[in-house]
Amino acid sequence: MDGFLQIRSATKMYRTPEGGSIRALDDVTLHIRSNEFISLLGPSGCGKTTLLKCIAGFEDLDHGDITLTGQSLTRIPAHRRPFNTVFQNYALFPHLTVERNVAYGLDVAHVERKERTRRVGEALEQVGLAGFGARMPNQLSGGQQQRVAVARSLVLKPKVLLLDEPLSALDRKMRESMQIELKSLQHSVGITFIFVTHDQEEALSMSDRVAVLASGKVQQLASPKEIYDEPQNEFVANFVGTSNIFKGKVIAKEGRTLTLKTANGRELAVASDRFGVGDDACAVLRPEHLKLSGEARDRAIKGTVTQSVFVGSEMHLHVDVGLGRTAVVRHRHNKGSTEAAYGPGADVTLYYTPEAAHVIECKGA
Amino acid sequence: MAETGATASRNRRTLILLLAPLTILLGVFFLIPLGIMVVYSFLEPGLYGGVEWNWYPYNYGRLIGWPLNDYEVFDPIYLKIFLNSLQIALMTVAGTLLLSYPAAFWVASMKGPRKSLVLFLVALPFFANMLVRIYAWLLLLRPTGFLSTLLESTGLIIEPLDLLFTNFSVIVGMVYVLTPFMFLPIYANVEKLDYSLVRASRDLGATNVQTLWRIILPLTAPGIIGGSVIVFIPALGNFIVPSLLGGSKVQMTGNLIERSFLQSRDWPFGAALALLIMAFVVVLFSLQFSRQSKSEGQGTR
Repeated sequence: MDGFLQIRSATKMYRTPEGGSIRALDDVTLHIRSNEFISLLGPSGCGKTTLLKCIAGFEDLDHGDITLTGQSLTRIPAHRRPFNTVFQNYALFPHLTVERNVAYGLDVAHVERKERTRRVGEALEQVGLAGFGARMPNQLSGGQQQRVAVARSLVLKPKVLLLDEPLSALDRKMRESMQIELKSLQHSVGITFIFVTHDQEEALSMSDRVAVLASGKVQQLASPKEIYDEPQNEFVANFVGTSNIFKGKVIAKEGRTLTLKTANGRELAVASDRFGVGDDACAVLRPEHLKLSGEARDRAIKGTVTQSVFVGSEMHLHVDVGLGRTAVVRHRHNKGSTEAAYGPGADVTLYYTPEAAHVIECKGA
Repeated sequence: MAETGATASRNRRTLILLLAPLTILLGVFFLIPLGIMVVYSFLEPGLYGGVEWNWYPYNYGRLIGWPLNDYEVFDPIYLKIFLNSLQIALMTVAGTLLLSYPAAFWVASMKGPRKSLVLFLVALPFFANMLVRIYAWLLLLRPTGFLSTLLESTGLIIEPLDLLFTNFSVIVGMVYVLTPFMFLPIYANVEKLDYSLVRASRDLGATNVQTLWRIILPLTAPGIIGGSVIVFIPALGNFIVPSLLGGSKVQMTGNLIERSFLQSRDWPFGAALALLIMAFVVVLFSLQFSRQSKSEGQGTR
């Protein structure tokens, strides 16, 4: 692991108005690599924005340390850190033209005029806004403002670009195209992007690695694929994608195949290297791993449809499988097919392979 | 089409009805008196006040040197008094600005009931009569007053300090009376200031001083300009503060106008004086206004 940007035991407390205190960051340790696109993913209030502010230098840590290539940043104020931030609302200076906005960082650093003009032009070109220099920010669309904010940061050639939910104000289509653009921009400028988001799809599609945060702690740090396929705990399994989680006790083990007995007596076969007979465990089954038809080697669960939701490309079936929880199944919707068969009250059999299930420890099971 | 036309004309009628009271009020009690002043300023002063209906442009001659006749002489004292008034008004603007600007940020950073309380306190002086409040300053500033006694007892000064009846005492009084008028527009502007812009500026490497000059000041300029205008105009014409705290030593145009009407009973001269000052202020601010709207026009093109 290279020692590019290291966050060690970062802890940050906030006072609440009632006089108590909240741990916004609770002993967070993260090693961020150079040239990577890393996302900090979590629900609001999980500490992701606080962590970003601490990295940027707008907030101080109560405990712990942040180092950049071995040097502590603790005593370095925000305006002298080689990081720049793209803010959630873009924070473009409304009284300055696009060009003056982008030039701002160079202006305050007294960069010579010729070089300034060249670098501003380059940065605007990089984000596809060449020729927009004379406009005022309020004459631009949300997506264009976003690009100005990125250009304004990149023109300073920071070592790390911090992005604080920059896409949340954009509409869906714009957001998707900006995702692709940001990713390729990161690739071409070759610096680290730290991207804060609460949108798991965004985090998975753009990042090299994702750090899932909840209640001030890092829940899992891994590649998007790993986060999705092998969530480390119940929180990650629930937060990233849709999961069917079934709690139970291991009652038999045969090779890699465990038999899990749930509280209401149903049995479930899953595959895992960990866990032994008598352990509590949770089986995580993604909706796409539950099928309405199966082959001989698949396991079957019988259930009753409680609700079916049409979302366009698929049907989402909520099935009561008698495991203490309702299972969600995705059924590809075919034109002209008899959907009535999967209406509420219909009896269905769900098939899955034991290997598709991911087994995790249960909290308090 | 016909229907929208009817709606439009109905809206128009409603608008006219709603605006009528204010229009009549301003028309009767502002425009007509102003018209009378314009007419009077060109008439011959009556012996015991009032006017003689003779064309007499020489009232202006006393003030600006032209036109003159055998009886009216140009006296530069009026220009001098005007310049002194201008100076006091500008110092008042500067003083109220220096007090209000930081305070606006301080109050804007407050939360909840504390903020409401402070805003109430800012408006509180309006509840007390201005004369009473200025008399209080008379007691504070006179040689046997609070300030002088305090300084004497600490040994900082030996002789009693006479601050009264100087430009300084007038400016103190003006600043005191007019500070709320500077504070409120600035506060309204500062309150709206998006703090993330300050953070963005810091993030882009600007120091606090650079952020103040390049971001905060330009963005709060409308409040500063607005506050300055509504402090400058009443400061220039104020006659209560200079007559109480300036005595006979500090003359402002406000006193001069008051005196021409009430003491020397030269109505045309007072009217000419008042109109000249009004013209000065109108020209000054229409210049400023046209410059501002021009630069804004450039901004949005």
